[in-house]
Amino acid sequence: MTMDIQDDSRPAPMIKRIFRQAPTKPGQTYGVPGEGNTIKISVVAVLMVLGLWQIVTASGLIAPLFLPSPVAVVQKLFGLISTGFTGVPLWEHILVSAGRVFAAFALACIIGIPLGLAMGMSPVMRGLFDPFLEFYRPIPPLAYLPLMIIWFGIGETSKVLLIFLSVLAPMALGARAGVRSVAIEQIHAAYSLGASRAQVLREVVLPSALPEILTAMRIGVGFGWTTLVAAEMVAATMGLGYMVLSASQFLQTSTVLVGIFLIGGIAWCFDLAMRWVEKKVVPWKGRM
Amino acid sequence: MLEIRRASVLYPARDKSEPVEALRNVELTIEPGEFVVALGASGCGKSTLLNLIAGFLAPSSGQIKLDGAPVTGPGQDRAVVFQKHALMPWMNVLDNLAFGLKLQGVAKAERYKVAREFLTVLGLEGFEDSPVYMLSGGMQQRVGIGRALTADPRILLMDEPLGALDALTRERAQELILKIWEAQGKSVFLITHSVEEALFMGSKLIVMSPRPGRITHRFDLPFSRRFLAGESARDVKASPEFIAMRETILGIIFADEEKAA
Ligand SMILES: Nc1ncnc2c1ncn2[C@@H]1O[C@H](COP(=O)(O)OP(=O)(O)OP(=O)(O)O)[C@@H](O)[C@H]1O
Ligand SMILES: [Mg+2]
Repeated sequence: MTMDIQDDSRPAPMIKRIFRQAPTKPGQTYGVPGEGNTIKISVVAVLMVLGLWQIVTASGLIAPLFLPSPVAVVQKLFGLISTGFTGVPLWEHILVSAGRVFAAFALACIIGIPLGLAMGMSPVMRGLFDPFLEFYRPIPPLAYLPLMIIWFGIGETSKVLLIFLSVLAPMALGARAGVRSVAIEQIHAAYSLGASRAQVLREVVLPSALPEILTAMRIGVGFGWTTLVAAEMVAATMGLGYMVLSASQFLQTSTVLVGIFLIGGIAWCFDLAMRWVEKKVVPWKGRM
Repeated sequence: MLEIRRASVLYPARDKSEPVEALRNVELTIEPGEFVVALGASGCGKSTLLNLIAGFLAPSSGQIKLDGAPVTGPGQDRAVVFQKHALMPWMNVLDNLAFGLKLQGVAKAERYKVAREFLTVLGLEGFEDSPVYMLSGGMQQRVGIGRALTADPRILLMDEPLGALDALTRERAQELILKIWEAQGKSVFLITHSVEEALFMGSKLIVMSPRPGRITHRFDLPFSRRFLAGESARDVKASPEFIAMRETILGIIFADEEKAA
């Protein structure tokens, strides 16, 4: 292939730039699918949607009852910060909800990860738990919420348990898939160096499963936030889910939107933190 | 001393495929300090034989004994070097080298001391803290060999350990393995597809044939001794005896492949 030397000096056409595989800089890997920085594109996309939203609402095309303007939502946020919602300060709603989600998440980590590892390592454990896990996994939490309430009452227990159950399945399945991802040569190498079964588990299987476990944690906590609103549907007096639900009953759309953005924002921050942890803890992910 | 007596391996039939007789009545003895090289067409059961010795696979019939005791599973006395190094990417070079000692419960200071010695032998000084995925293929392979050696096995088992290396790196690695073999006096079982590599490295050569997999020829080889006695590798490989031997072996292998085709 011959290349026009001048080609580099003038900007390549957009289409060509998107589809061309430019050589990588030292320290990068060529041809990794989807490689490249996305921050600029994301910022532009978000600004465009915000702008569109503002234009549509400011022009009066959509009634504020259906969609308040972004400015109104921000004003509502500050209003909620200063006066609270139903007499409870906003930060308490946030704290209560985050507490429920992360308590359930921590519990699911403590139980789900060892369970998944055990299911990956032992056919007995897999045989025992697989049917139950696979059966309840696709059931929407709303469907078994009544059961939770009948069994565990309307207190905190049933709420945390409901979220816990929705997080448990992805955690266990992720850890189990992690076990499967170990290269058999690595296990053979460990055995031929004199490892015991327990050592293979600790020194080879666990570290190899770590990337998948971290991914499962990211997915799992997402499930937790998804279930939060369902958990706070019954007999809650605090929490972001409760705030969204009761605001919707009074058609306070801007409060609903504030709640949605708060849930989304917290979940997103946690995900960023997890990605940072991933970079620190499993820098080898996908590189060998 | 490792003894394989009338060992056969029959892989059971799967779905529509016929059962495969990967090895039939294999007899092989590996004396202490012997360097056995296995050559043969693809699919003749070389890896199967190595897995038998390593203890990953039990023979369908026959026996494998190490110093008189039957082999019942993998163990620290038979370290394996894999074609694809199989290093642990979450450990740096030094920890990979010291991995076997860690598994044996050797204290950190002691195992790092041993690992550092091998670091020098393998020409990896300055890389002890590097993550292994940032090394070149040849360096990774050397770490793989070093990891097997630090565990101080009785027998070193290598399945095409140098297959992925370029010609120059490969020759260096061959010489490195020979020097370590001489210095440590270990038994070695090495599988290769390169006739030249087999002749240059082995003290004993077995040629295998497929369907059923078996050992068809055995040769005692003088070439590695000549190299270790001071003759240069190039001279050894250019000597008339070496070339004549190479032609003999190639003839055997080509005849096998033609029969198979
Ligand atoms: N797990 C297995 N199940 C069934 N058949 C197998 C299995 N492993 C190997 N075989 C068969 O046994 C025969 C010998 O295989 P083996 O891997 O030992 O050959 P090899 O000499 O190492 O070949 P290569 O040089 O290509 O590595 C082959 O015909 C192969 O198809
Ligand atoms: Mg093989």
